[in-house]
Amino acid sequence: MPQNETIQDLNLDEYKYDFVTKSEPKFRAEKGLSEDVVRQISQHKDEPQWMLDFRLKALEVYESKPMPKWGGDLDGLEGVLDEIYFYVRPQDQMERSWDDVPDEIKDTFEKLGIPEAERKILAGVGAQYESEMVYHSLRKEWEDAGVIFDSIEDGLKNHPELFREYFGTVIPTGDNKFSAMNSAVWSGGSFVYIPKDVSLDTPLQAYFRVNQERMGQFERTLIIVDEGAQAHYIEGCTAPVYSTESFHSGVIEIIVKKNARFRYTTIQNWSNNMYNLVTQRAIVEEGGHMEWLDGNLGSKLTMKYPSCYLMGPHAHGEILSIAYSGDGQHQDTGGKVIHAAPYTTSSIVSKSISKGHGRSTYRGLCKVYEGAHHSRSNVECDALLIDETSRTDTYPYIEIEEDDASIGHEASVSKIGEEQLFYLMSRGISEVEAMAMIVRGFIEPIAKELPLEYAVELNRLIELEMEGSVG
Amino acid sequence: MSDAPILRIQGLEVQVAEEDLPILKGVDLEINSGEIHAIMGPNGSGKSTLAKALAGHPGYEVTSGSVEFRGEDLLELETDERSLAGVFLAFQYPVEIPGVSIANFLRTAVQAHLPEGEELDIFDYSDQLIERMTMLDMDVAFAERHVNDGFSGGEKKRNEILQMAMLRPKLALMDETDSGLDIDALKIVAEGVNKLKAEDPEMSVLLITHYQRLLDYIKPDHVHVMVDGRIVQSGGPEVALELEADGYKVFEDAAAETARA
Repeated sequence: MPQNETIQDLNLDEYKYDFVTKSEPKFRAEKGLSEDVVRQISQHKDEPQWMLDFRLKALEVYESKPMPKWGGDLDGLEGVLDEIYFYVRPQDQMERSWDDVPDEIKDTFEKLGIPEAERKILAGVGAQYESEMVYHSLRKEWEDAGVIFDSIEDGLKNHPELFREYFGTVIPTGDNKFSAMNSAVWSGGSFVYIPKDVSLDTPLQAYFRVNQERMGQFERTLIIVDEGAQAHYIEGCTAPVYSTESFHSGVIEIIVKKNARFRYTTIQNWSNNMYNLVTQRAIVEEGGHMEWLDGNLGSKLTMKYPSCYLMGPHAHGEILSIAYSGDGQHQDTGGKVIHAAPYTTSSIVSKSISKGHGRSTYRGLCKVYEGAHHSRSNVECDALLIDETSRTDTYPYIEIEEDDASIGHEASVSKIGEEQLFYLMSRGISEVEAMAMIVRGFIEPIAKELPLEYAVELNRLIELEMEGSVG
Repeated sequence: MSDAPILRIQGLEVQVAEEDLPILKGVDLEINSGEIHAIMGPNGSGKSTLAKALAGHPGYEVTSGSVEFRGEDLLELETDERSLAGVFLAFQYPVEIPGVSIANFLRTAVQAHLPEGEELDIFDYSDQLIERMTMLDMDVAFAERHVNDGFSGGEKKRNEILQMAMLRPKLALMDETDSGLDIDALKIVAEGVNKLKAEDPEMSVLLITHYQRLLDYIKPDHVHVMVDGRIVQSGGPEVALELEADGYKVFEDAAAETARA
């Protein structure tokens, strides 16, 4: 076997999307976070007074809250935040059709190498470039059915009442320090409304990318799935490599009404210097069904725990997550399920892969309130360690106030075994391919839930990480 | 059958890697093209170690001796290269690879066996897989199951034979293929090996077994007895029958005698 194919030489820090597309932002606020910056953002977006007030109050809350002491290491973050631009706007206008999207931006999408996902169903794509939606169109039949798929800014402008009724209700400003920060400076993201009994066969897809050095990205997404409606929303991210730290803090709020079904799929592949702190939560009403499908690759530190608040009887919540931690990376992920009504069911399946000095943490909460009788929850977390230096921890918190509830928890840690490698190699498969095959097999239960293009992409990203090859 | 030697083992000494624990203490064995050999021996005699060492298991370290396979120094090759050269090990304990379908796994393995730059035609592959499974009386749906994951003992061993059928080795090392099988499963597996042998009379087979019963279904040309890391007797099929009657005790006593002397 040639030397360059041995395990020791695998370079997992290579970042596939290490390129920068030149783009001149039209407007950029000053570095750091201040009341001035918040006012400028609101003014630039031509927002109503209530939103400005909301932002300013959020800023106060943000400033009053200490940095979290749990989870990942945030010690380096404060310095980073002083150097971040909290608002960058690449274009003044929202693009309406694909032809109007500037070539430079198209070029960026081209390089991302996932044309299938966007181009095949262009009509359903909302693409976020830097802090704004640059491309956004909606299939006609969806429009006819009353589906709203807008940028968050347009949602506020065009549907002010609906927007105000739900905005900030799932994740209150003061939920945590970073949801407060997002509430103060949010920019970009999606506003989605699926009317009663409308069922969408094609997923709504948003694809976005952070491109400006030292730019914070604070996308805010609000999704309302009305009674009996069904939809699937897909979001993928990737970011180029920079030498300085970068920061992303999103807030995703979802309301799943009575008997509605919704799935939110994210594959995030941030560059290795990114702090990625995201709050995403769904409220699920009676008989509703919510699924989070969450893939986290890259970043320096990710802290992300998709949550389902099961508020009505027979509501169901599911969280499927996969995390990959390479050298110098920490994925602190998991999920939260809150059973607040009887006959509610939930399941969490969390898988992590750690390589080199990478670290994966599962952090989960399962809470059953008194009165949520006949609730059932099952948690399964599996960690795969690629080598001796990688690390995994599990923090499953379970709080049960109801006697009549059934909670299951299973955790496993496995290493890519010598026997597995030997078995595959004894069939003529190279060591590198054998490793990739074992890893692909490990994530298969998650990958098979993804739309084909995304499953292929996820497998490819992980393969690239394993091979250390670029391109 | 031809008389060209396909495998020549000389003075092979093997120990458990990173432990100073010798297991094979000088094994000599020659297998000609097309021959079926059986190595029998009590537990712990080193017969499985021989099979693993020949396949390149990283847990075993060759400290002395040589192995020539079709004129090449086998010990210089990595595990995957040995497979590509034509060596196949049917595992005593096939390993589970969750999430990887047999179809996918075999496609990767068959692709690896093609000459460099040649791309496996997926339709040809699929035809071939169905043909091989049919030959081995296997349900085609079996190929969609994850490699050895939740398989019964019999299913695991049949999966080994399927892999062998797809990869068409020059030398098949069968490590206690009979262990853990009831008589029906044993017959099915033996029949598979015999079919492959009939297809390619040049294929050589090294059967490693504790018991005579496998040899009722796969007829060896030569039988060797291994005790305490050495081959202590070689002969024709009659050796196995004698063992069946008398057991290993006489050999073990002799080995203990040698060790004392």
